[in-house]
Amino acid sequence: MSAPILETRALQKNFGALTVAQNIDFSLEPGTFEALIGPNGAGKSTFVNLLTGLVQPTSGSVILDGEDVTALSIEARVKRGLVRTFQINTLFNSLTVAENVILALDEFHGQGWRPLPSPSRRRLIRDEAYEILGRLGLDPWGNREVRELPYGRQRLVEIAIALALRPKVLLLDEPAAGIPSTETGTVIEVLENLASNLAVLIIEHDMDLVFRFAQRITVLVQGAVLARGTPDEIANNETVKSVYLGEGIHA
Amino acid sequence: MARPIPRNEPVKSLSVSYQGAAASSTWRGLAMGRGGSDLVIAVLLGLAALATLLFGEAYWLLAAQVAITMIFALSVDLLVGFAGIVTLGHAVFFGLGAYAVGIASVQFGWTEPLSALLLAGAVSALLGAATGVLVLRTRGLGQLMLTMAFASLVYEIANRAKPLTGGADGLQGMVVSPVAGLFEFDIFGLTAFVYTLAVLIVVVIFAVLMTRSPYGRSLVGIRENRVRMQAIGTGVQRRLLSIYIVSAALAGIAGALLAQTSQFVGLNVLHFSLSGEILIIVALGGAGRLWGALLGAVVFTLFKDRLSALDPAYWYFWLGLLLAVIVLFAPKGLIGLVDRLLALFRSKEAA
Ligand SMILES: Nc1ncnc2c1ncn2[C@@H]1O[C@H](COP(=O)(O)OP(=O)(O)O)[C@@H](O)[C@H]1O
Ligand SMILES: [Mg+2]
Repeated sequence: MSAPILETRALQKNFGALTVAQNIDFSLEPGTFEALIGPNGAGKSTFVNLLTGLVQPTSGSVILDGEDVTALSIEARVKRGLVRTFQINTLFNSLTVAENVILALDEFHGQGWRPLPSPSRRRLIRDEAYEILGRLGLDPWGNREVRELPYGRQRLVEIAIALALRPKVLLLDEPAAGIPSTETGTVIEVLENLASNLAVLIIEHDMDLVFRFAQRITVLVQGAVLARGTPDEIANNETVKSVYLGEGIHA
Repeated sequence: MARPIPRNEPVKSLSVSYQGAAASSTWRGLAMGRGGSDLVIAVLLGLAALATLLFGEAYWLLAAQVAITMIFALSVDLLVGFAGIVTLGHAVFFGLGAYAVGIASVQFGWTEPLSALLLAGAVSALLGAATGVLVLRTRGLGQLMLTMAFASLVYEIANRAKPLTGGADGLQGMVVSPVAGLFEFDIFGLTAFVYTLAVLIVVVIFAVLMTRSPYGRSLVGIRENRVRMQAIGTGVQRRLLSIYIVSAALAGIAGALLAQTSQFVGLNVLHFSLSGEILIIVALGGAGRLWGALLGAVVFTLFKDRLSALDPAYWYFWLGLLLAVIVLFAPKGLIGLVDRLLALFRSKEAA
């Protein structure tokens, strides 16, 4: 097994008396497609927030590619390849789909400080944006304002922005939420194909999909890791069955 | 507090009518692509400047004042309209620029106008850097309060530092050398007008290019969705500080131009009412649209001049009335009206 690209050590977060992350030791290897599952309010989104720096942990540390990034800002972690999408769309709604991606590409290429326009560069970046949109089947929508898109498509723009940042680690917070269930499979397939050269951690509620696509699964309940393992191991784990999967949820 | 400034949210109907232009004009959503109105206003303002230069001898001094207000308005629009930073204390940078060239001239004999302009910009930029670090830690109402606080502090310092500033009597005895060693400031204000106009043109070109650059768009991105900008790797705080400094420098240059063209600096250049007025101007023109701010500055300054001449006692009443009408009937400012007029023409053409 190769060295983990992302790790947490004894990661803890309390909101007052409420513990939402409890002593979490987690690791993610390059090239893996891993799922994070757990009931609503288990602390999945908070875990992603802790990893990316949107929320500061009470104690413990986050290690990215061997470097302790716990004290680093959100943007510093992004620059190091730790990229996320949001459970609720956080897009630039009055911009077009392509412009949303271009904004991210500009930052990625270090153009964000460039105070003068450059038409030739612009064309290159535009082409790159459309190449990314193409991968998600969004290119016909490139010129539309984000808010004109159906919610399901908007979810894909979230992912397109993330891809523009060339992540080493991609954290997807319920990317399929709001996408018609007939299409979620295709989305996950697209994402899975990306995973060959990056590590993906996906939060997803559809257990059929999770068990079909994930190479590893982490089960989070009340802020604590209940179990980690391959889909087979998780499906046969008695504790998981009784606490989470057993509650009439599939698998 | 309910939306003190009409923010620039593209109108649905507008964005639909612009659909056809979408392919060629990127970033229309960022309010930079509505080139139609911008172009119309640019042409009108250009013609007005030319006409004033050729036939408006009596208005040269007023026109210089308009140009100065336009630069000041641009500096505030970059901050408020584009980056979404609120300020009710921007006169501090305008005033500091004015005092910088005034004091440089009176105390140190620095009378060369162009280098003095740069000096003013640099001094205001320094104050912008120092206060910006603190101002940008807060948001919304807190931010507004801090900008006001710093402005009143500096006002009071200027009031007390009589030996340096002349206090309430103002700074007397300012000397300004001919521009480029050739053009003496004359009593008709021809030099003043052409000089301020030239600086204005440079500033407008700079601002227009900047708002179309990746940097300018990142500012709008921060205004629209700060967390998302962080999540794509933007150092939001530093980006905002940089525009705060640029804006302060431009305001300082505007203030310096006022000092140079009137060869006098009074405490009013630091006064709170000036900070309020410039914010009104930006809102009046249409925040987040450079050409809106420029139009707002022209309309406001001319109205103020006319009204205060016609009705010296009650001109604020008429001004208030004008503003109320604009806010009620053109919530996106004057440039929003221009947008609507153009859209009307286009739909007529299409029909
Ligand atoms: N900023 C916050 N302050 C207080 N409680 C919070 C905050 N953010 C999340 N929580 C709480 O933490 C728990 C976990 O939330 P979340 O991470 O969103 O769960 P999940 O994504 O697994 O549904 C919830 O009980 C939520 O109310
Ligand atoms: Mg969640």
